Amino acid sequence: MSQADNHVVIAGAGHAGGSAAALLRQMGWTGAITLVGEEPLPPYQRPPLSKAWLKGEADADSLLLRPAAFYAGADIGLRLGTRVETINRAERTVTLSDGAALSYSHLILALGARPRRIPLAGADLAGVLELRSAADADALKAALGPGKRLAVIGGGYIGLEAAASARALGAEATIIERESRVLARVACPMLSHFFEAHHRTRGVEILTDAQVEALTGTSGHVTGVRLADGRQVDADAVLVGVGAVANEELARDAGLPCDNGIVVDGAARTGDPAIFAIGDCTRRPLPLYGDRLWRLESVPNALEQAKQAAAAICGKPAPAPEVPWFWSDQYDLRLQIAGIPFDAAEIVLRGDMALDSFALFHLADDGTVLAVEAVNAAQEFMGGRRIVAKRKRLNPAQIRDMSLTMQQLAA
Amino acid sequence: MPTVTYIEYNGTEHRIEVPVGKTVMQGAIDNNVPGIDADCGGECACATCHVYVDAAWLDKTGLPAPGSQEASMLSFAAVTQPDSRLSCQITVTPDLDGLVVRMPEGQH
Repeated sequence: MSQADNHVVIAGAGHAGGSAAALLRQMGWTGAITLVGEEPLPPYQRPPLSKAWLKGEADADSLLLRPAAFYAGADIGLRLGTRVETINRAERTVTLSDGAALSYSHLILALGARPRRIPLAGADLAGVLELRSAADADALKAALGPGKRLAVIGGGYIGLEAAASARALGAEATIIERESRVLARVACPMLSHFFEAHHRTRGVEILTDAQVEALTGTSGHVTGVRLADGRQVDADAVLVGVGAVANEELARDAGLPCDNGIVVDGAARTGDPAIFAIGDCTRRPLPLYGDRLWRLESVPNALEQAKQAAAAICGKPAPAPEVPWFWSDQYDLRLQIAGIPFDAAEIVLRGDMALDSFALFHLADDGTVLAVEAVNAAQEFMGGRRIVAKRKRLNPAQIRDMSLTMQQLAA
Repeated sequence: MPTVTYIEYNGTEHRIEVPVGKTVMQGAIDNNVPGIDADCGGECACATCHVYVDAAWLDKTGLPAPGSQEASMLSFAAVTQPDSRLSCQITVTPDLDGLVVRMPEGQH
């Protein structure tokens, strides 16, 4: 048997791709595995880049998903500093940017996403930064410190976490948000306002309903952000965090169905049975939500789809569907979200927002719990995950009643 | 270097040398031991590195009791038992040489 009959090529060596390679070995794949990554580092964890890594609390080894020596030991070919450029589906080959060609029996696309770029005057000035890679984080870290001023365009999770880390490093931080509240696309208004209040208490300035007109600079380096209403935000560095775009071009060029993400099924298969796609680059069905197709940008999703693809390739039973979940750490606040609040009819508060420990239950009109957003409330998050998995119905009075434990609510 | 024995749900044993200062979770991930997912990478945010600690080790010096965050997370981990721990919260020390942990059937 030639290698081409028994060779998994993984395009993309992030959290998804690195995990898929390891899981294939765990599940007994004995053929060749080649992991192709554009960045110079072996697979590493991105969540710390806006938190512990940015604050200088984590070392390079702890950032790596697995030790660098792991891949050779597991007979996983690691080709870094190069990327898959084309797919020939008829021949089952890929070409790499370094000129090499590889034959595959199975191809896993783990291409990730890239920061959305906004067409602004001055966007190419030095000191205008984004945050996706370890190199991005190092550039941001170098721009922060006591007395430095950071402007953040976009009040999403990346922007809020970076602002919190900037404050921890002694820098000033201003968040510039186009919508009327931060986290507008991903959280309910109560949660947005809770986080806004906390950031302001910690000295972060938050400008909402603020349209950016241009980035200003002198001698090629950014000096601030000019808003459409004429206000000027002075800054030594500007972080643009306005969402991410799925890296789907490679798949689209190969004729695979894409729709704001590479479209996959519940086993992470694309339109070609030999090609899988996992992680941030995909649009996937959500079995808990009527198989609605959705893009999930999260580590748990990357791991779940890595498991799906590895199990399918190894002929193992499909893993059980998981409840989508997310987390964010800012200051002494831990936000954990179980589920996704599609079409919620009602939001019910459990706990006391003034005590910084509470949960927001999002209910469908029949009382089914769709999602739970928990702040410093691990029991509510864990119980919520179970309740969402069971599609359990609860009434608001039960949820608010703190004399009922989460064990009782989840039973 | 201390040795930790990981026993999969199906009974497969893995004897792994884990450097002092690493967590029991990292020891499993670094060596590709199946059965520990570790979604959050060791932040005590997900409870997908759940293990059962062999009874002989529960009261052992060098294995502190779970903190409040861990205890809260554990109360809803899959099939919790009195000997349940989150392996990301157990840092390996010389005293833990010989530790035995068992994995549950699943982490989700």
